[in-house]
Amino acid sequence: MSTARGDRSVPGQLSPAAFLVRGLAVGLAAGLIAFVVAFAFGEPYVDDAIALEEAAAAQAPADHAAPADHGEPADHGEPADEEPADESGMVEISRENQKSWGLLTGTLAVGAALGGLAALAAAAVIGRLGSLSARGSTALVALIGFVAVALVPFTKYPATPPAVGSGDTIGGRTASYFALLLVSVLAAIAVVVLADRLRTRVDGWTAAFLGAGAYLAIVTVTAMLLPTVNEVGDFPADTLWYFRRSSLLTLTALWATIGVGLTVLIGRLHDRAAADLVRRELAASL
Amino acid sequence: MSQSPATPLAPVVQVPVVPLLQLGTWVVFFGLLAMLAIFFVSADQGAISLPAGNAVHEWVHDARHLLGYPCH
Repeated sequence: MSTARGDRSVPGQLSPAAFLVRGLAVGLAAGLIAFVVAFAFGEPYVDDAIALEEAAAAQAPADHAAPADHGEPADHGEPADEEPADESGMVEISRENQKSWGLLTGTLAVGAALGGLAALAAAAVIGRLGSLSARGSTALVALIGFVAVALVPFTKYPATPPAVGSGDTIGGRTASYFALLLVSVLAAIAVVVLADRLRTRVDGWTAAFLGAGAYLAIVTVTAMLLPTVNEVGDFPADTLWYFRRSSLLTLTALWATIGVGLTVLIGRLHDRAAADLVRRELAASL
Repeated sequence: MSQSPATPLAPVVQVPVVPLLQLGTWVVFFGLLAMLAIFFVSADQGAISLPAGNAVHEWVHDARHLLGYPCH
């Protein structure tokens, strides 16, 4: 018994690196699936929004205070003869590249980053959340990740298509968004620790509900304190909604793939390590 | 599992865990890398520019919008 306990760390099979490798692989797959979803469901509305933006810009060509003017030359890959690129590192990237390779680059990078982080988070909680199995713990991490990283920031600062959002307020909007994201992630981690401590006094489900309630209270108050952003103007409501729906679908696809993929791969990894432990324990008892 | 019915109150040694100290190193290392990757996709050359210009912003432009990050 003591031998098996001393070997709890099982070097090799249940190392952080084994989790990270799986997280990166699943994250890249999730990035690829998110790309497919974003390309199929989101890009039509990005194109619609850019068409609206260009139409508005064409109506007021000399007015630099026009709402659609971001004050950024070469934004959205507009034809070079309209807005020539200047010498300060400004480049033109065609819409075809933006919506294919550019989009793929972004979803793969974010997918790998979030997949790796989710895998390391799963490594931290597996075997430490009461009787929850390795698969259950991993699925829970992905669910919490989706809520804390994607869903909660989205509810206060939903995705906006091109043409919505002023270049003048990007600093404040970025700060608000990441402040809410930071609070949300820290609160999620804190309530998991809190709920785990509460399990000594109440049952697992009660602890989980108390934790979820505390998390919701924290992010609700934070969201109420943070400034509201409304720069929609006269952008068509239906296009805005379709864009936001597709954005949420993209984020859901990303996190669902991370959740399912990690649950399968980490579940297998854990099965092997557990079988290894049983063998060692058996060998030690002989 | 089935071979230890006599010790129901003993810690479940069949559940392997990752030592937190060992994991912490990886979390710091990969956490920094992940934040860098997310920064370039989500915010670079919007509110903050590293490097100057708009090449990164333009290249990941659609991902930034569709993944819900604030954009111009």
